[in-house]
Amino acid sequence: MIEVDHLTKYYGEIRGIEDISFSIKRGEIAGFLGPNGSGKTTTMRILTCFFPPTRGRAQVAGYDVITHPIEVRRRIGYVPETVPLYPDMKVAGYLSFVAEAKRMDSRQRKRKIGAIMEQCGIVEVAHRLVGNLSKGFRQRVGLAQALINDPEVLILDEPTIGLDPKQVVEIRELIKSLAGERTIILSTHILPEVSMTCERIIIIHEGRIAAVDTPENLMQKLQKTLKTVVQIRGVGGEIREKLKTLPGVITVVDKGEVAPGVRCFEVESEKEGEMSSELAHLVYLNGWKLIEMRTEKMSLENIFIELTREEGV
Amino acid sequence: MNFYPIFKKELKSYFTSLIAYIVLTVFLVISGYYFYTDLALFVVWGGASVQEGLWQYLFHDIRLILLLTVPLLTMRLFAEEKKLGTIELLFTYPFRDSEILLGKFLACLAVFSLMIGLTVLYPLLLSLVYDVEVWPLVASYLGLFLLGASFISCGIMVSSLTENQIVAALVSSGVIFGFWFIDWNEAAVSPLVAEVLHHISFFEHFYNFVRGVIETKDIIYFVLFTFFFLFLTLRSLESRRWRGMR
Repeated sequence: MIEVDHLTKYYGEIRGIEDISFSIKRGEIAGFLGPNGSGKTTTMRILTCFFPPTRGRAQVAGYDVITHPIEVRRRIGYVPETVPLYPDMKVAGYLSFVAEAKRMDSRQRKRKIGAIMEQCGIVEVAHRLVGNLSKGFRQRVGLAQALINDPEVLILDEPTIGLDPKQVVEIRELIKSLAGERTIILSTHILPEVSMTCERIIIIHEGRIAAVDTPENLMQKLQKTLKTVVQIRGVGGEIREKLKTLPGVITVVDKGEVAPGVRCFEVESEKEGEMSSELAHLVYLNGWKLIEMRTEKMSLENIFIELTREEGV
Repeated sequence: MNFYPIFKKELKSYFTSLIAYIVLTVFLVISGYYFYTDLALFVVWGGASVQEGLWQYLFHDIRLILLLTVPLLTMRLFAEEKKLGTIELLFTYPFRDSEILLGKFLACLAVFSLMIGLTVLYPLLLSLVYDVEVWPLVASYLGLFLLGASFISCGIMVSSLTENQIVAALVSSGVIFGFWFIDWNEAAVSPLVAEVLHHISFFEHFYNFVRGVIETKDIIYFVLFTFFFLFLTLRSLESRRWRGMR
């Protein structure tokens, strides 16, 4: 649905993005992740045909953004970062302008506007001036104008920025409910957002792609060491020493007593090898009791720091 | 050409933001006063030809008000969209740049036409007591319309360069004023340059219309002037492609 091929954009001498390639399948929710100024908005503006790339090609909904911008624009919905709206228009009037602008059939228009306002929860503000709306409602109006032409591709730049926590949850639910038929691409610099809403993550850093994968695979790939947390009921100080003798163990940290007679250890080991079974065997051999054992996954936050740090070096 | 949605939106915006009412009011009050005082002059003088003299006076005076009021109509057309950031969405709707420009230009031209259309009241009033000749007036209004289109195209161009509406209004007033009086002093330049400036300036071309003379070269001048500045505006809009501005 979206094919991006060696896309490069320079603003005069200043680099926006460099050699970005990825593809997004129909119905997928993809997340653009990157610090501010990394090139997320630049990429989105190329995909929406706001401006063309300096080099490279991009196809959206089967049309090239350089040669067929009007065809692309008819098939997308875009919500820019700050949700720019005309303050002196009423919500219903504004949506009717957008419907006309997107060349919708005049007979469908009225019914469609009603349905979209219902879906986005803005029926109650239909006759209020856009300039007097709260941030949450503005975001919804922004989504409504993007959705009005039933776009195949929905492009959202920082859709939850500046909202309060309740509104953030509501907007995320709304975005998730739109998935399925539509291909959605959203950008954010808030990490939990992508892991919650997206099936695939594209990490951009300093204008280049740092990684493209599912949230799970990204975590897998980045884990160089494995951290296992165990709680053992047994005798005294020698446990730590014995844990250290296991193959592949790098460090053992004693976290102290968590319950009477139960001690907790963090065992960091090589990624390869079967640490869990080795550990269980050791506990069995020494006649201790295993209370709990779990493998800790690296958080996306760590992945992100890891990726951007490596890129920066 | 899919410019109608833009045309409709801009026209609505002129009246919901009250700017059209304010500009119309100021324009009509001042032009009405000009009409009254110019007429009084000819009545007191007696003998002087009302047919020739009065309209020349009046339309030159109206032109003076337009120098100040048309930039107030054009200043917001692109500058406001840039300031609000709405231009980013506008450029991702299925419009060509030229369609957006045309919609805005025509909306402004419509408000302008309403503005000068209402001044038809003055000759109508005069015709109650005096035998007014129609054709010189038709020429004058054609001249005024073409002049307005030129002012508007110039104002839109300046508006596309800035996101500050006050800057847009002031600079376009300045540019229009410059085109008006560029040839006013032949002593300051060599005869050849004076001749060239004469052709570039609004003055001579507009003067023919208000004398009741419709000449093709004058029509072509205003049409070319308008198209030239609309063309420059398109180039200015396209600059986002390489500058990355909004």
